[in-house]
Amino acid sequence: MRILPSLYTRRRITNAVGLSISVLAMLFGLFWLCWILLTLLVHGLPSLTPAVFTQMTPPPGNAGGLLNAIAGSVLMTVFGILIGTPIGILAGTYLAEFGQRGWMAPVTRFINDVLLSAPSIVIGLFVYEVYVIRVKHFSGWAGAFALAILVIPVVIRTTENMLKLVPSTLREAAAALGAPQWKVINFITLRAARAGIITGVLLAVARISGETAPLLFTALNNQFWSKDLNQPMANLPVVIFQFAMSPYDDWQNLAWAGALLITASVLTLNIVARVLFRQSATTH
Amino acid sequence: MMIFSHEASLKRQALFDLSFRSLTRFCAFAVLALLAAIIVSLVEGSMPAIHAFGFGFLTSTKWDPVNDNFGALIPVFGTLVTSGIALFIAIPVSFGIALFLTELSPRFLRRPLGIAIELLAGIPSIIYGMWGLFIFAPMFADHVEPWLNRHVGSLPLIGPFFSGPPMGIGLLTAGIILAIMVIPFIASVMRDVFDVVPSMLKESAYAVGATTWEVMWQVVLPYTKVGVAGGIMLGLGRALGETMAVTFVIGNSHDLNKSLLMPGNSISSALANEFNEAVGALYTSSLIELGLILFFITFVVLSIARFMLYRLGKREGQAS
Amino acid sequence: MNMDIEVVVNPKIVIKDLNFYYGKFRALKDINLSIAEKMVTAFIGPSGCGKSTLLRTFNRMYQLYPKQKATGEIMLDGANILDSKQDLNMLRAKIGMVFQKPTPFPMSIYDNIAFGVKLYENLSRHDMEVRVEWALRKAALWTEVKDKLKQSGTGLSGGQQQRLCIARAIAVKPEILLLDEPTSALDPISTAHIEKLVDELKEDFTIVIVTHNMQQAARISDYTAYMYMGDLIELGETSNVFTNPKRKETEDYITGRFG
Repeated sequence: MRILPSLYTRRRITNAVGLSISVLAMLFGLFWLCWILLTLLVHGLPSLTPAVFTQMTPPPGNAGGLLNAIAGSVLMTVFGILIGTPIGILAGTYLAEFGQRGWMAPVTRFINDVLLSAPSIVIGLFVYEVYVIRVKHFSGWAGAFALAILVIPVVIRTTENMLKLVPSTLREAAAALGAPQWKVINFITLRAARAGIITGVLLAVARISGETAPLLFTALNNQFWSKDLNQPMANLPVVIFQFAMSPYDDWQNLAWAGALLITASVLTLNIVARVLFRQSATTH
Repeated sequence: MMIFSHEASLKRQALFDLSFRSLTRFCAFAVLALLAAIIVSLVEGSMPAIHAFGFGFLTSTKWDPVNDNFGALIPVFGTLVTSGIALFIAIPVSFGIALFLTELSPRFLRRPLGIAIELLAGIPSIIYGMWGLFIFAPMFADHVEPWLNRHVGSLPLIGPFFSGPPMGIGLLTAGIILAIMVIPFIASVMRDVFDVVPSMLKESAYAVGATTWEVMWQVVLPYTKVGVAGGIMLGLGRALGETMAVTFVIGNSHDLNKSLLMPGNSISSALANEFNEAVGALYTSSLIELGLILFFITFVVLSIARFMLYRLGKREGQAS
Repeated sequence: MNMDIEVVVNPKIVIKDLNFYYGKFRALKDINLSIAEKMVTAFIGPSGCGKSTLLRTFNRMYQLYPKQKATGEIMLDGANILDSKQDLNMLRAKIGMVFQKPTPFPMSIYDNIAFGVKLYENLSRHDMEVRVEWALRKAALWTEVKDKLKQSGTGLSGGQQQRLCIARAIAVKPEILLLDEPTSALDPISTAHIEKLVDELKEDFTIVIVTHNMQQAARISDYTAYMYMGDLIELGETSNVFTNPKRKETEDYITGRFG
């Protein structure tokens, strides 16, 4: 064999260049993450005073806090999860356990995967069209409905994936004892997949707690404390949006504080979900 | 007696089975109904605009709330251009990241680095928007855009796309921020599909003496091309529908500009900015029609993405 | 461990005190053996005995994986393969390998063969066509694929795919060919094809084959090495090893009393 030295040198250079670019790409990705997180700390920390958690959103030019926005966000997130999760788990169970035959399961799976990445602003528009217009005012319920619609696809996907990981021998063993299917699913398979499904729900919470677009046309905003889900409701993302876009320093500072708060909680949820899932994956 | 009660209990269990199955089936059906409802409500909401403007809506650059004359071309154009810029940057970077994570990274760094990249996807989009508006755009205007003006703006052919006052906000800025947002999606799909390449196939390429780069570029990438394309389409779907980040930095201008440095508009940012303030049925309806167009485009793109990823999954199933 | 090792005339590869580790697990224990030039040497032994591991040290394929490491000496043409200064790509250009399952690259039949050649030589279009035909003829595949060189390699049958992989390995004109259970995924007819091919290829190449099929080793190899639990038990001319094994363990294995 005649090996061409020049050709080999060129190949080695290409390889070195390609691999260096790959390392640079990795650094490029990490660079933005660090820059964004650093920015949030620099601008958010000084504004993150106790007042943020104890006072209401102020009128322009005044100091204040984000209490009503935080409360509103938590409330709508909780209701969004409460509405979305059961539907998601049941539908995911259908896909994993009953969907072997017929057209329904493949079609649902496909549509669900598309909805998973569908633009959230369209979901806001949809809830506006079917709910806000009917009741003639923005409301916390509308916001919770929009968030629930975002929760459902996430929960369906993880539920189905996790149920499929449950070894079929476990199902067969339970069925061999004569247990009816609903018992097998509810007491054996869903239980075996519990940690994975909780992970999915946590990821869904993370996803919706930062969502702004679907709340713009549904919950809108409210400058005051409100527990009434039938009224427009303050929420962190929309308040951040409004305050950040404003010309007032006080508002902008509060927006940074809110941004730090929301990012910290979303990223923490993400990490907790992963750690939790990893633990459950290794213990099974 | 014994047998009798047994039979009754069996019957009861069968009834439970049936109702549980029906309940799950109903919830699965709710997903389909949801999609149908979204489409129906959007179509219904855009009816006035469809009647008023017909197909001309898609080709008109008019956006005149005072005279109730609307066209979708500028926001559609902005959505497509910013997403295009995003993919142009995100595809090579994602490939590099996936290559690093599957082939180069030391084992103990693989997981933390993978999570770090996925966290990039976890940051809420409104944060990208704020950071883009207050930190990135001024930096971009001061340091990058003047350079682009001087060095690229004078070139023939592509020059006009990179000239104009350095304002920081505009289509290019929006595209870059979108790129950062979709990199984690594309990179994680690429990493996953690279991971399922049989190690024996890679070994055979190494066994003829191929370098890591050649193995990736000439064997792994062709082997996974369907999945990689699926991942890219998934990223595109995300970029098209992204709202808050774009709204902050795109400039929200209803003028058609050749230059990427100039402000523009996208469908989602037009909706976010104007929907609540829109007065008059036709204005609202035109905005809803924009939403319908956005939903249609993303639906097509995401469907293609899913088909590609399913095809890859099927092949994997046969291979094993 | 005492071993029975016949002196090999005209060795191509000489292995001295080779040890191999998967992390802390010692998978090869002080292996000493020689591989004869232009002959077929077969490694046999029960699963997990280290025969594939030994084969994979010859082109240092194990190096793709962290925590795998080899110590000792594998001399090839006067240079130690395990030397950290050894250029891996150059080494692998000299040593071709075929795997348990066919691994056609996702490209046309022609490009599969040309892939390796292009790495080392700048051939004209015509020369490349000549080389591809040469390799496919050597692998006894030419008549079956000459009309569909532009079609994907993955469309061939299993036996054809494996011959394609052999053609791909010999197209770069290596000196040594490593075959890692090359027929384990094939039907009997394809297996016969490959065995016949191995017999022809030894005119040009030094061949090392790992097989779990003793009859196969008996049919096609000149030398046979029996391995057990990471030890080399016996190496000798195939006819001797099978008819008159020197060691009890080897006899037990080849007579089927064990393994």
